[in-house]
Amino acid sequence: MATARFWRDNPSRYNLKAVRCGNCGKVFFPPRAVCSVCHRKSIGKMECMSLKGEGELISFSVVHDAPSQFEIHKPYVVAIVRMDEGVMLTSQLIDVDPKEVRIGMRVRTTLRKVGEDGPAGVIYYGYKFAPVRA
Amino acid sequence: MRDVAIIGIGSTKFGELWDMSFRDLGMQAGLSAVADAKLAAEDIDALYVGNMSAGRFIEQEHVAALIADYSGLARDHVPATRIEAAGASGGLAFREGYLAVASGMHDIVVVGGAEKMTDVADVMATEIQSSAADQQWEVVFGATLASLFAMIARRHMHEFGTTREQIAQVAVKNHRHGALNPIAQYQKEIDLATVLRAPPVAEPLGVFDCAPLSDGAAAVVLCAMDRARSYTSKPVRIAASAQASDTLALHSRTQITTFNATKVAAEKAFRQADRTPEQVQLAEVHDNFTIAEILAIEDLGLFPKGQGGRATMDGETALGGKVAVNTSGGLKARGFPFGATGVAQLVELVQQLRGEAGKRQVPDASLALAQNAGGTGATVVVSLLEVA
Ligand SMILES: [Zn+2]
Repeated sequence: MATARFWRDNPSRYNLKAVRCGNCGKVFFPPRAVCSVCHRKSIGKMECMSLKGEGELISFSVVHDAPSQFEIHKPYVVAIVRMDEGVMLTSQLIDVDPKEVRIGMRVRTTLRKVGEDGPAGVIYYGYKFAPVRA
Repeated sequence: MRDVAIIGIGSTKFGELWDMSFRDLGMQAGLSAVADAKLAAEDIDALYVGNMSAGRFIEQEHVAALIADYSGLARDHVPATRIEAAGASGGLAFREGYLAVASGMHDIVVVGGAEKMTDVADVMATEIQSSAADQQWEVVFGATLASLFAMIARRHMHEFGTTREQIAQVAVKNHRHGALNPIAQYQKEIDLATVLRAPPVAEPLGVFDCAPLSDGAAAVVLCAMDRARSYTSKPVRIAASAQASDTLALHSRTQITTFNATKVAAEKAFRQADRTPEQVQLAEVHDNFTIAEILAIEDLGLFPKGQGGRATMDGETALGGKVAVNTSGGLKARGFPFGATGVAQLVELVQQLRGEAGKRQVPDASLALAQNAGGTGATVVVSLLEVA
């Protein structure tokens, strides 16, 4: 992946930058310029915010057939998480035995390496999820 | 808007066709459809080609003109247009051709779909397939299209009590149908244990839950209904063709076990045709993964939400059941050349409505539905065909 294409999105990847519609309150991640509920009424009213980073597991899969870039990580767990602010995100779930993963479990984001541009290339960082332990 | 008929169909065999190039595939399907309609080249007003990713599979863009050229249409300077919407490219090309004839702009249009996928390594083909999902917010984190459908499957099991066996039965049923289809990539039956014991791809889905990598092309000829009978004694009427979109990323929706684009496109199609889901006798749906067929038959209104798995296990979607789903073998057994798929669905339905489907024939078939989806349902086309 070309470097600029990745770092352009760094505020959301590093700090979970999102937006909230000032008209209806719906949260969008990554940020959008227009709310899909309010359309034109939302223009200029999308307010910056950061997701707190905690949420609930909606679903998950253990990936065995991986793209070349993720070959060394397999098998790994991908998950869809509903953040406490209401939006859903897709990323990997780490620091957990795949057999212990359950729908509904509480998870939290953590900044990790998510990929690199070839063996000697640029390393990309972003969020992954890990279980919230009591 | 005027009535439009399908007056010709053609298809290559589907599978790993190493001796055929992309242009060979498109040409062969197109010429057989034109021959079936008994058309002369000068009758053709326009060509539409559904293709997802020739640029990455064979490093060739500009493929509509290429197919027109190798089909012998260069000196006729026929307008040729490529349509792309991932796995829905073929269904969408069909809808564009339909609109062109229905509007009165064109009288006769050829719609083709083609994809040449086996010139690249399997891992590359899988990466190209995943580009139908959101590269920046799904794929970059390690999600593959298979893993997104695996998450849909697991959530469907969680919400509705759908079982792993019910999901696997989609593959068993579609292989049974494919065994009756001479153009299918897989013409061999498989049993439930084979699906369940297959190596995992993205849990809970295994190798036999995923449609294969395939080469292939299909084509249909569309004609204004008032001229159709001068070409064929069995025109098939396009009762409706509707399209809907949704968020590109699966996670951007409020839930992941319904494809709202399928629901919306189906509602529009049934309204346009003045028909109801109960009247549909057979359907070709987009089973790129087994779970996708269960979602489709629910979201189309053929079965209540959450009942798709049970209906499949009870044989209600098999030949002879309440509504025969994927009599061609579906994407799973007929094969899944991305851009060709939506058009191949229509070729199967026309064969059925003409009463020419051989051992796969649904008795007295008169109303049929096609549902073609891109990615995780960000584009869906639903079309209804009926005996004219
Ligand atoms: Zn709003």
